[in-house]
Amino acid sequence: MSEAKEEKIVFQRPKALCDVVTHYCPGCLHGVVHRVIAEVIDDLGIQEITVGIAPVGCSVLAYNYIATDFAEAAHGRAPAMATGMKRVHPELVVFTYQGDGDLAAIGTNELIHAATRGENITTIFINNAIYGMTGGQMAPTTLPGQVTTSTPRGRDTKLAGFPVRVCELVSTLEGSAYIVRRSAYNPSEIRKLKAAIKTAFQVQMAGLGYSLVEVVSNCPTNWGMTPLESLKWLQENMLAYYPLGDYKVKDSVKELMAKK
Amino acid sequence: MPRIVIDVERCKGCGLCTQVCPKGDLVQMSDEFNSKGYRPSKFVDPEKKCIGCAFCANMCPDVAITVYR
Amino acid sequence: MAKVLMKGNEAIAEAAIRAGCEAYFGYPITPQSEVLEYMSARMPELGRAFVQAESELGAVNMVYGAACTGARVMTTTSSPGFSLMQEGLSYIACSEVPAVAVNVMRGGPGLGNIQPSQADYFQMTKGGGHGDYSPIVLAPSTVQEAVDLVILAFDLADKYRQPVYIIADGMLGQMMEPVELPELKPPQRPERPWALTGAKGRPRNIITSLQLDPPTLEKVNLRLQETYKRIRENEQRYEEYMTDDADLLVVAYGTAARIVKTAIVKARRDGLTAGLFRPITVNPYPYDALRRAAEKAKRLLVVELSAGQMLEDVRLAVMDKRPIHFFGKMGGVVPMPEDVVDAMKKAMAEA
Ligand SMILES: Cc1ncc(C[n+]2csc(CCOP(=O)(O)OP(=O)(O)O)c2C)c(N)n1
Ligand code: SF4
Ligand code: SF4
Ligand code: SF4
Ligand SMILES: [Mg+2]
Repeated sequence: MSEAKEEKIVFQRPKALCDVVTHYCPGCLHGVVHRVIAEVIDDLGIQEITVGIAPVGCSVLAYNYIATDFAEAAHGRAPAMATGMKRVHPELVVFTYQGDGDLAAIGTNELIHAATRGENITTIFINNAIYGMTGGQMAPTTLPGQVTTSTPRGRDTKLAGFPVRVCELVSTLEGSAYIVRRSAYNPSEIRKLKAAIKTAFQVQMAGLGYSLVEVVSNCPTNWGMTPLESLKWLQENMLAYYPLGDYKVKDSVKELMAKK
Repeated sequence: MPRIVIDVERCKGCGLCTQVCPKGDLVQMSDEFNSKGYRPSKFVDPEKKCIGCAFCANMCPDVAITVYR
Repeated sequence: MAKVLMKGNEAIAEAAIRAGCEAYFGYPITPQSEVLEYMSARMPELGRAFVQAESELGAVNMVYGAACTGARVMTTTSSPGFSLMQEGLSYIACSEVPAVAVNVMRGGPGLGNIQPSQADYFQMTKGGGHGDYSPIVLAPSTVQEAVDLVILAFDLADKYRQPVYIIADGMLGQMMEPVELPELKPPQRPERPWALTGAKGRPRNIITSLQLDPPTLEKVNLRLQETYKRIRENEQRYEEYMTDDADLLVVAYGTAARIVKTAIVKARRDGLTAGLFRPITVNPYPYDALRRAAEKAKRLLVVELSAGQMLEDVRLAVMDKRPIHFFGKMGGVVPMPEDVVDAMKKAMAEA
């Protein structure tokens, strides 16, 4: 009896994550990233001052899961919407959650300009190399040779060009302050992802500029794999083209991190 | 004693939690089905080897695992 | 308050400021750019938000974002830019957030030219973007009226939680006239329990235009239609000018109506008794008022800087009760009052 009394919960659903079943496919890392964002919101105690913006894509219903004020944007326009919010309410923590099609195809313009203006907003970018929601068509991040429903013989770079490396691109922009690529294929990567999202929010709260955390993610359903196979494929194929790491950490951000 | 509790009704049977346990195969796929038709994972720890590291829980996209220590 | 001489575009900008506009987002395009330029100086000096966006897509979605927080917000553009904004405006309408958008129309289609035009009437009054929405559209014909209607636009946007448009054109944007402006006050927000301002001491708010369940989306649509019905019942505005004894009722709005007014005075000198019916809300369109006015006249003439777009609404109002003639100029060509007098005489001559 005494033993049961001493027992403590060391892992449970964060407060900022709604207690509902998600619509995501089994093994889809969208769920892990949602939870990690919610954990960061809890850790920083910012649930009451955070506004999220959901994209068009599989995570369009993110507002049903992350328990803060939330808006749903038009396809690709979340960074512009976030700009509008943040400019009238600088005291809010505003983040966008976007897939690769949303952010690196239809919404490239909004992304690039929010970043180059140095908007104090944060983007969580889910790179699963595919259009999940619409049934697995080629994304701007689809790998050369990768088979999708619109590249049935594999992405031919002569016809469809090359995948976009978002972190590399955005990090060249002066307004970007903290641009990093992480993943979530094992517990240690998830721990690093959480630290990065936390830093990104802190960068925003300190007014240091635009922050983006890319997550090299999966789509077992449209990749045509089991969840476990998808994590293996991610590590063996995606990481070579999308190396994990820090692409831009402004000195001001380094100073901030040293203080925390 | 550290242990985990799997909410079998929340579990979608993806198996991501079964590959990360530092103590081997404490988390395994079950042979039964839940009411949604998924085959959930189960906690098998007769020798009380679990250290409550929460690796399994961290991998779960559906937050179906609670860890006690 | 004393009158000041102002250019139409600048008056529109200052009127928004006086109406408590907290944020402005826009993109340069002639003949509207003076609004953006004016705001770029005024808004920051008042501590309000201004962003020159990367495109009209960017601008309208910044408007959407700011509107979601409950701020009074405006964008201005000209025809090609207004086309780009349609996506965002449809989202704004469905999400039921207030916003003001001004279109200083220019010649089209395509890149067209930078001269005055009224060829975006269909796009502005009939929705423009996808889905069943119906924005309020206000049509000023003087700089003073532009000021008054911009202020009204913010009030109506707040009242109905819908986008409100100002349909202007290059002529109005560029002309200088004396105007009287209300006092400058700090922006005040009415109670907006739906706004996204952080869920402090209240349940969280979600603003979305996505409703995957058809009956739920139908409910949203029914609510929108209910709003549009209230708007139709309460917000129709129009002006009648010399209509009491008019044999010929000319129907025109905005810049065209200014030209028509001059033409009416000239025509009356020549013995042609004409009057003007000028819709101020081109959506909701004052169908009943126009029908009543038409019944007093023998014939109608619709004058537009387009191929005949409002003409369809006039036909809807009058049906086949009176002959309806049309005179229009396209491509940025602006008719002289004499051209309109000729058209009026021709209309009366065609038995
Ligand atoms: C303007 C517009 N064009 C196209 C679509 C259709 N559409 C919905 S989601 C999507 C792609 C989403 O892919 P991604 O951003 O990678 O998100 P994922 O589903 O992979 O998470 C597309 C093309 C849309 N909703 N709106
Ligand atoms: S389709 Fe792909 S990205 Fe979308 S929920 Fe399923 S696995 Fe995840
Ligand atoms: S908490 Fe750690 S040790 Fe226990 S079952 Fe999970 S992964 Fe294994
Ligand atoms: S990771 Fe979660 S959902 Fe997947 S099998 Fe394990 S408990 Fe079930
Ligand atoms: Mg994708």
